Amino acid sequence: MATVAQQSASARSVAQASRTINRQSVGNILIHLILILCAVVMLFPLLWLVSTSLKSPGKQFVFPPQLFPNPVYWQNYTELFKIAPMGHYLWNSFEIAILSTLGVCLSSAIAAFAFARMRFRGREVLFVVLLGTMMIPFQVTVIPTFVIMRWLGWIDTHASLIVPNFFGSAFSVFLLRQFYRTIPQDLVDAATIDGAGYLRIFWEIFIPLGMPALATVAVFNFLGSWNDLFGPLIFLNTQAKMTVTLGLTYLQGRAGTGGGRWGIIMAGSLLGIIPMLLLYAFGQRYFVQGLARAGLKG
Amino acid sequence: MAATSSLSKMRRQEERLAWLFVTPIVLGILIFQLYPTIFSLYVSFTEWNLLTPMRWVGWRNFVDLFTNDRNFGPAMYNSFVFTVGTVLPGTALALIFAVLLNRHIRGRGLYRAIYFIPVVAPTVAVAILWSWIYEPQYGILNWMLGLVGVKGPKWLGSSDWAMFSIIIMSIWQGLGYNIVIFLAGLQSISPDLYEAASIDGANGMRQFWHITVPLLSPVTFFVVVLSVIGGFQVFAAPFVMTAGGPANATITVVMQLYKEAFQFQRMGVASAMAYILFIIIVALTAVNLSLQKYWVFYEEGE
Repeated sequence: MATVAQQSASARSVAQASRTINRQSVGNILIHLILILCAVVMLFPLLWLVSTSLKSPGKQFVFPPQLFPNPVYWQNYTELFKIAPMGHYLWNSFEIAILSTLGVCLSSAIAAFAFARMRFRGREVLFVVLLGTMMIPFQVTVIPTFVIMRWLGWIDTHASLIVPNFFGSAFSVFLLRQFYRTIPQDLVDAATIDGAGYLRIFWEIFIPLGMPALATVAVFNFLGSWNDLFGPLIFLNTQAKMTVTLGLTYLQGRAGTGGGRWGIIMAGSLLGIIPMLLLYAFGQRYFVQGLARAGLKG
Repeated sequence: MAATSSLSKMRRQEERLAWLFVTPIVLGILIFQLYPTIFSLYVSFTEWNLLTPMRWVGWRNFVDLFTNDRNFGPAMYNSFVFTVGTVLPGTALALIFAVLLNRHIRGRGLYRAIYFIPVVAPTVAVAILWSWIYEPQYGILNWMLGLVGVKGPKWLGSSDWAMFSIIIMSIWQGLGYNIVIFLAGLQSISPDLYEAASIDGANGMRQFWHITVPLLSPVTFFVVVLSVIGGFQVFAAPFVMTAGGPANATITVVMQLYKEAFQFQRMGVASAMAYILFIIIVALTAVNLSLQKYWVFYEEGE
């Protein structure tokens, strides 16, 4: 008797469970449909960019449009390098982004270490001032910065874009300090007993253990430097010294009004995007971690 | 006695070394933040073209901007429209997609990775790409609209549609950024709350409004403040797509500032504009901070 009742009860609960699962899976399919639709909206413009960059001049205006160009027309890229110093643009962007990132990382990390682990008079006040400067919009400081660069004779040189980074950035110091505070004091104490000074503790403990945070700072600064338009726009004048973003704004004028115009422009834009896609592909988790940390602990 | 003095010697050493370590950032703050901030405040009360000496003009630059300037009014208005137009739908969409992604569904990481791709692309390149999509005659958007029998407008070439077009592109580019922040916030909400709510018979919608929305409000607050500040500083997209046109329909405060400073060499006017922007940003932050205590809900113990 008891077993029969148990069996029917369990049968009921199985039926109930399967109904729930059914309803859940219908819901899940619906959610997937919405998410896929959004993914298509996100990706399609980029596919269209690739597609246009590989189409011959005539094919760009054919309706219905072809997503997969046939034949693939590489000449947009060769034409691109002919009409604009694209190689210079790319190289300059790399040079400026790499050196700027290096500078920000070094200066911010050592300052973050001092704020996190050393005692000195004025520490708290200084940190508050540092955080306060994050509220000052770039537009307020840009004209005086321009005046400083002109005074130094650095207009139309990469130094105007690179050197300020060697003074660190408030946001990077903030992010690194938060992370450095989580490194166990025991490690520091042990190293001190072994006779290590602060510089060695910083270099041999905080740099390696703080790598995730430092990588986050690095990828964000690299991205920021590469994607910046305003800085290069006001500081650089010579074509051969320009970055990709600034060069692309000129490309619109250089590509002419002929049938090949959009193919060439799209080729240039794609070359400007690809390095950031690679950075993202390899450093994805640092982007995500960095945003989560900045967003929630800020 | 000897021990104390050696201790204080160590403390002094620590102090000196610490100041050495923060020297770069302190110099950076002084040279590239504080000095420029004070200097541009001074410049905003002068007439200055970088070449001839500054001439003190008092409040004239500010008064002129609000009474005489043909471009500043439209620039303020457009920046406001852009900000409202991107922040409200952008935040709502990001919240919805973050909630959908927060369920245990297959391919979650892939979706998130795809949505984030436009965020990392340079705005200049993305803006050029969208100019091609919006192209009135041969662009893919108007072709698609044609398929369903709609004759698309001239988008960037139309003063009625240009700002709308830039807003759509900006929402597309920024969505993934806010989704990632919302997702991080959602993951900090305890699953127990949803379990308890389900046991009490609360359905998905009720759970969303009574658990997710209130507990996520600090994150929402953060996203809104950041997006509003970013919205008022928009530059690259209109610079590349429309250069402020047609007929000033997409000129923004920062674009106008750029023109005044680096095309017309009117540093005083440009600095005054920068300070107006600064005040707006500080005021928005302050208003948001004070409103925060009425509607933002922090979990106890946080």
